[in-house]
Amino acid sequence: MTVTSIWVVAEPSGDSFTTTSLELLSAARGLASNVAAITWGAGASLASLAGEYGASTLYDVADLRGSLPGAPVASAIEALVAANGAPNAVFVPNSYDGRDVAGRLSARLDRPVLTNVIGFGDGAGLVSEHAVFGGSLTVAAQFTGDGPGIFVVRAKSFNAEPAGGAPAQVVAAPTGEVGATAGAVIVTSHVEERTGPKLEDASIVVSGGRGLGDAAAYEMIEEIAKLLHGAAGASRAIVDAGWVPYSHQVGQTGKTVKPLIYLACGISGATQHMVGMKGSKNIVAINKDGDAPIFQIADLGIVGDVHKVLPALIDELKARG
Amino acid sequence: MNIAVCVKQIPDPAAPQSLDSSNNLNRSGKLILDEADTYGVEMALQLADKSGGGDVTVVSMGSASDVAGLRNALAMGAAKAVIVSDDSLRGSDALSTAKVLAAVIRRESFDLVLAATESSDGYTGTLPAQLAELLGLPSITFAKAVTVEDSVVKVSRQTEAGYDEVTAPLPALVTVTAGVVEPRYASFKGIMAAKSKPLEVLSVADLGLEGQVGSVGAREEVVSVQASESRQAGEKFVDDGDGAKKIVEFLESIKVL
Repeated sequence: MTVTSIWVVAEPSGDSFTTTSLELLSAARGLASNVAAITWGAGASLASLAGEYGASTLYDVADLRGSLPGAPVASAIEALVAANGAPNAVFVPNSYDGRDVAGRLSARLDRPVLTNVIGFGDGAGLVSEHAVFGGSLTVAAQFTGDGPGIFVVRAKSFNAEPAGGAPAQVVAAPTGEVGATAGAVIVTSHVEERTGPKLEDASIVVSGGRGLGDAAAYEMIEEIAKLLHGAAGASRAIVDAGWVPYSHQVGQTGKTVKPLIYLACGISGATQHMVGMKGSKNIVAINKDGDAPIFQIADLGIVGDVHKVLPALIDELKARG
Repeated sequence: MNIAVCVKQIPDPAAPQSLDSSNNLNRSGKLILDEADTYGVEMALQLADKSGGGDVTVVSMGSASDVAGLRNALAMGAAKAVIVSDDSLRGSDALSTAKVLAAVIRRESFDLVLAATESSDGYTGTLPAQLAELLGLPSITFAKAVTVEDSVVKVSRQTEAGYDEVTAPLPALVTVTAGVVEPRYASFKGIMAAKSKPLEVLSVADLGLEGQVGSVGAREEVVSVQASESRQAGEKFVDDGDGAKKIVEFLESIKVL
């Protein structure tokens, strides 16, 4: 199969697309000559941005009137396929809304989905690469049969690089038949305040896990993050336990981070966590269990009690001003 | 309110994972109820209770050679369990699985369908949306709080920046995150009662899905499996009171300090 056409689900975010959407546009233009973006809400005003990252067409599903994007956007893509024929592939960001769109589109088109894609291999057709078992194995997979391949791609799998293309042509892509499926409506939105750099963009990330013992000990993580001008992260275990908000979570279901330095404190290194941080340039781990899996990927491992090491580290950092 | 909860029996996550000769996840060992699903079961029990009645049914697909996980959900308080188990379902992808679960759920009338955001073994994370689409239901994924009032489900849904309050009319599908509620431990009484609760095992033929699901329905294939370029473990020290100093030296060496 020669790959000629790829559609990218480009999620609007403020006055831009999400970073992962831009990464997928950048990847798509390297794989296919014809790239289209699909967006909604204020996304139509982003024709020049879409063009800059390689899209020649920007399909606009327009205002969703408060509906969660999954159902209306999937129905619009199905209608586009019916009208224009199917592209070789649809790339979807691995985000909350992206997964909804991909799942619903899969059922509508009766095509399966390949998820947790971290790259595409060389050769004929699209061969997607997936990290499994915490990244210890890379599985390469491809679709068989006719119809578009739906790929859900993890954040930071590609670099977002503008290529200076002309503004994309905006084409209306109205929602198709949705019945009851578009009945989920956003009533209010709440933004959790954060100070310092964003977790996914920070070059220094300090994360805490269950080894901290209790919620109060997380203050040490925040203090070290502040002293290093970095961001504070967390393992799923302590987010589930309610110690810190979900927005701090690093891992499979949380943020993917690739900082210059990742400091894992009291984190054993479950598969779910490692997937989100093993791309860090440098990893330092502190854990009292010397056999914890995190030490297998740490450049520096300290087998010790976080309640002793972290206060000492805070003192050292403060002493340096 | 009648609630269906999708659950999965998975290999113990504490045991090492591997792929079998067909590149499917090796599920030959002991199976347990995915911990991620215990939150959905608990949420369903609480919502059914608050609504003043109705049953919780757990719905599953997979090997029925070991049903301890389903019995665990029954012991927590679910009224009955249905599992679709069939050799022809080996190698099913998420869409196939969604078709099977949809066929089970369509046999009855449910006000609410609950699922985890993703399983802890395959973590594809698209099944709930596929299932909702097949059932023609609205869906709200990534719930961190769920209430039902006047046939409307209200959910605090996680977002990149915080959370949204989202509503949908029933019937609807909701996926819950871990930590949304504290799953109860089955009581001795519950464990005893679970032994006599209905646990129905269905085949693909029972659902009229022959030739449509399982590896027949899978239209993707594994091309290769390779060990990833692994990171080399660096130096490891036992803290003798100098752990913090070693970290500072490391930070200096990479010019962070």
